[in-house]
Amino acid sequence: MTESSSSKLLNGDTCHRTANGKKAARNGFVKNHCLLQQQQQLQKYRRPKEKSIQSHHVSRNAALYNKPFVESFEETPLLVAVLTYMGYGILTIFGYLRDFLRDWKIEKCHVARERDEQKDFVPLYQDFENFYTRNLYMRIRDNWNRPICSVPGARMDLVERVTPDYNWTFEHTGRVMEDVINMGSYNYLGFAENTGTCAEESAEATLKYGAGVNSTRHEMGNLDKHEELENLVARFLGVEASMAFGMGFATNSMNIPALTGKGCLILSDELNHASLVLGARLSGSTIRVFKHNNMQSLEKLLRDAIVHGQPRTHRPWKKILIVVEGIYSMEGSIVRLPEVIALKKKYKAYLYLDEAHSIGALGPRGRGVVDYFGLDPRDVDIMMGTFTKSFGAAGGYIGGKKELIEYLRSHSHSAVYAASMSPPVAQQIIASMKCIMGEDDTSLGRDRLRQLSENTTYFRRRLQELGFIIYGNEDSPVVPLMLYMPAKIGAFGREMLKRNIGTVVVGFPATPIIESRARFCVSAAHTREMLDTALARHRHPLRLQKSRPLIVRCCAVRWHQSGCAAFSAG
Amino acid sequence: MDVKHMRDYLGWLYYQYLLITGIYVLEPWEKSIFNTVLFTMVAMVVYTSYVFVPIHVRLALEFFSGLCGGQHESAMALMS
Repeated sequence: MTESSSSKLLNGDTCHRTANGKKAARNGFVKNHCLLQQQQQLQKYRRPKEKSIQSHHVSRNAALYNKPFVESFEETPLLVAVLTYMGYGILTIFGYLRDFLRDWKIEKCHVARERDEQKDFVPLYQDFENFYTRNLYMRIRDNWNRPICSVPGARMDLVERVTPDYNWTFEHTGRVMEDVINMGSYNYLGFAENTGTCAEESAEATLKYGAGVNSTRHEMGNLDKHEELENLVARFLGVEASMAFGMGFATNSMNIPALTGKGCLILSDELNHASLVLGARLSGSTIRVFKHNNMQSLEKLLRDAIVHGQPRTHRPWKKILIVVEGIYSMEGSIVRLPEVIALKKKYKAYLYLDEAHSIGALGPRGRGVVDYFGLDPRDVDIMMGTFTKSFGAAGGYIGGKKELIEYLRSHSHSAVYAASMSPPVAQQIIASMKCIMGEDDTSLGRDRLRQLSENTTYFRRRLQELGFIIYGNEDSPVVPLMLYMPAKIGAFGREMLKRNIGTVVVGFPATPIIESRARFCVSAAHTREMLDTALARHRHPLRLQKSRPLIVRCCAVRWHQSGCAAFSAG
Repeated sequence: MDVKHMRDYLGWLYYQYLLITGIYVLEPWEKSIFNTVLFTMVAMVVYTSYVFVPIHVRLALEFFSGLCGGQHESAMALMS
């Protein structure tokens, strides 16, 4: 027996994804060649003693890593889960009540609905998503889409708004909420600024080139700035060539279709970003989904793909592309890149790595998740990333072999049809990237990287000490703090804002329904005082709870009973 | 001082109740419907248990004591 019981369970779970419901070959030959399961078997008996609350994600192939890889996804406490479902149940009942009232014209309906002449056709607004939007999201809508009226750096100014009709419409009062601590922007290295070298250089670029280019790269829109930018990005990533696009989302959704097509297989992480999902779907390839960051699941899919080939014909797949992200922005987890690369090499697949959140934010030199694990960038076939986050600009890039980039340059929709990147934006990227690389003759970039990593460690540690349930890798600057209950999404956002802290709260469509969360993005621009202020908002009430001898798992309950108390009291 | 502390504590409890049941996000009239329904139900449960539980307890006690005692008596009757 080479399969451990845990992997059997996983196999059972993923079997339904294999073509035609065929089970994996049950002969020992394939099993014995299984890279990760063998190692796991060895490790099973000497698994390092991790914290008991760590989930199954904790290191299995420790030999592949050059540093401890600690990720925690604490299980939802049962009581909290039950209460959360109860809360949704109550809200759903009231949702039905309101829908009933709207239907009978007792109250005015503010949202789109079928016109009278459409009444006999298939209903358009009856599915769960519409119900959710109408009856749950609308009630706490004031937490999102808030207008900002300053540079969204470490602090920002918000436009104050009020709603006369419970979030159906908003009115601006004309006042401004000043100096709100910004814990929500993806401003990891703090390059979202309106002063300093980057801003000055972009201003100069605007004066020289103007703001728009009004043409595509193929025609009259190829500036020397773009060439400079691409060379710099290639140098930064350590790849042969690179290519920049004006929009990060389109970089994913338009380039994957250029890379794969019919007869290809895409293995995609279940928590991949919408842009990757869209790209994969547009490509027309077969898509199979593996469990989040779960290498057993990925290996199972890879083996099945190779053993069985395409459905029905059983021809081998033309290409197998593994699509993963560097940092998953909702979970704060970091991809198990060394294992993915080992698998990719073993099964001769291609690897598409989306470093949207990790580029600039991870690694001793800020060069993303490859740098973080100390790996060779040439092992990743397609390095994709965005300039929207750490660089404080806009757009995306793709890096890789020269042939790949040249192919994409002539085949990708976002290269051929999209207007080229605005010159000040390109200049901002060049300046910030040079700063990170230390080519501006200052230690500013290095300081920022160090500051970010210090802030991350500090913020995560303090939150853990305070007893919150937080998800993700301990080195990830994205810190999701679990809220669970639907009312707490609204309450947390509002009460934090009342205390001058801007956070992002995330609910159902973006997360599983019971795992609502608040997401903090730590930035190098945050000072220790700001983080302390943010943390202090929860600390005070916890004092009265800490004496209670509760097991760690109750932290969620403990916090939720106390954390929000501060809000009511304060 | 103590009264204020008590009031804060009650306020906190009510806030927790709002958050956990989810009615925090509801409009006031919906909140009052929910509270009324819940209060009525709780009141009825309390009242019902106040009325019927003592009777049931007494009946149960009688039944069990009768069970033990009766057996004893019948055994005695056999003996004689």
